Amino acid sequence: MSTHDLTVPVAAPATPWRERLDTMVPILVLAPSLAASFIYVFVFTLWTLYLSLSNSSLMPTYGFVGLDNYASLWANRRWNIAYTNLFLFSGFYIVGSMAIGLLLAILIDQRVRGEAVWRTIFLYPLAVSFIVTGTVWSWLYNPVDGIQAFVRGLGWTDFSFALTANRNTAIYAVIITGIWQSSGFAMALFLAGLRSVDPDLVKAAQIDGASVSRIYRRVILPTIAPIFLAVAVIQIQFAIKTFDLVAALTRGGPGVSTTFPAIYVYDLMFQRGQIGEGAAAAMMMLAALAVVLVPYSLWIVWRRRAEGRNG
Amino acid sequence: MAEISLNAGHDPEAAAATRQYFWNRFLIYAVLTLFAAIYLAPLLVVVFNSLREQSEIARNGLISLPRSFRLDAWAEAWGTYCVSGTCEGMKRNFFNSLWMAIPATVISTLLGAMNGYVLSKWRFKGSEILFNLMLLGVFMPGQISLMPWAFLLGKLGLTNSTYGLVLIHVVQGISFTTLFCRNFYVSIPDDLIKAARIDGAGFWRIFRKIILPLSPPILIVTVIWQFTGIWNEYLFGVVFTSGQQQPITAALVALTAGGTTARAYDVMSAAVLIGALPPLLIYLFGGKYFVRGLTQGALK
Repeated sequence: MSTHDLTVPVAAPATPWRERLDTMVPILVLAPSLAASFIYVFVFTLWTLYLSLSNSSLMPTYGFVGLDNYASLWANRRWNIAYTNLFLFSGFYIVGSMAIGLLLAILIDQRVRGEAVWRTIFLYPLAVSFIVTGTVWSWLYNPVDGIQAFVRGLGWTDFSFALTANRNTAIYAVIITGIWQSSGFAMALFLAGLRSVDPDLVKAAQIDGASVSRIYRRVILPTIAPIFLAVAVIQIQFAIKTFDLVAALTRGGPGVSTTFPAIYVYDLMFQRGQIGEGAAAAMMMLAALAVVLVPYSLWIVWRRRAEGRNG
Repeated sequence: MAEISLNAGHDPEAAAATRQYFWNRFLIYAVLTLFAAIYLAPLLVVVFNSLREQSEIARNGLISLPRSFRLDAWAEAWGTYCVSGTCEGMKRNFFNSLWMAIPATVISTLLGAMNGYVLSKWRFKGSEILFNLMLLGVFMPGQISLMPWAFLLGKLGLTNSTYGLVLIHVVQGISFTTLFCRNFYVSIPDDLIKAARIDGAGFWRIFRKIILPLSPPILIVTVIWQFTGIWNEYLFGVVFTSGQQQPITAALVALTAGGTTARAYDVMSAAVLIGALPPLLIYLFGGKYFVRGLTQGALK
């Protein structure tokens, strides 16, 4: 680093008001961002909370109706579909992409040739938007032009693969596409974790004659357990916010079968003019995020403290 | 493979071990290749279809090797394809996205760098708490802010404009950029700053002469993260803009939503690729930084 820069000529003694101004500079620099973040996080949340308790329909209005919007939301069949989908999607999506991500990370960790190439291939879907992914996969799922037609063309004439055409299976199309998009992400995090495992630990296990699979099960994977949790938490967050993928892939259909909470919020607010109920649904999304993130953050803080105590 | 096992034939145990090793290696590469094929297939399908003739796609389906080659679909998707009455292709939406993503990325990154500098090197009473409050912005679902933004953008006269989206993405991005930069600057030794202060350097001089020259790695990570995130964003784009003002993600959905009969897969494939290209190029050329941003954003 250019150390000569540090020997700047000593400034002339500053006047008191100048000095006071200098101590204010850091706070002044921070102030606009702080104000913006404060408005964004707190004012906007309280605003939406208030709308969710109001009788807003086409336009925001501020007549107080208590929890009516929440009651009618939870009584709604479509909301029921939305959060059932969310649970189903979260479960399969998290387990699926973690399993594939871990498998790929372990394989890449076996000192394979061209590691960078493999990693680039597995991770590129993450650079692309869900809109692009969803659009392309919606074509692939299309029974007339996509995978089904392709396999039938190969000679298997009664092959059937039309997930998005059927109310009961469309959600699995969303799940498969979600896993395709993000198992590379799980791979990247797992790989970083595998690389951070103390090599002496592995060596010791090897000397004891443990097999590779045993070393993974007993030594390596337990030490990267926190990464499993981190990946799971990030993906639940992803799942709760799922909007783009569904908007591009199935548009919530067929019918309302792939409605997700985020899709329903958008629909209530901008298609049906039920702003109050839409705000209530948005607050439920926030609550779901809080249920996942608050305990996780507390656990992280607790773990850091514990680490600090143990040196 | 066969040769080696023959040579080792006089020692059956070594031969078995060698065979086991090669079998393992084969299996590893086989599984990796299988997954690579699954990951690359959709991309190849779209690239091929953007080069095939529509009549050929209609005849042979989407998944097929190209038997024709032409770039017309790209030209049409870029400049002349008609979506809901206007025939200007994706060109305008591409530039909307560009003029949205570039300023929003630059502004949010600069603010993040300065905030990170203050929060790591000029801490004051309560600054840690303020930092943690700013971090909450990282987790906010966009849906919570839709109605307030609609109101604010209306008051500011920024509805249906790229400037409105820039504002949203700057405010939303500050928490990320501040987090990235702050965590990076914490690792710069405080002694460096102390020495400079003893020499009479002030807030801005230290920022320019010490912090910024050390910053390229984190600034690249932040810029890549912000640019790809903003380019790929859809919710705010579709809610707050319409028609010619839409960013490319919203325009792509509108484009591909059109009638279910006789879909122009060739043009739509080219349009999808035009929308995917900027982040893909950034990923290919800045992959290292992209991954670093990902893992940092995730694990902090």
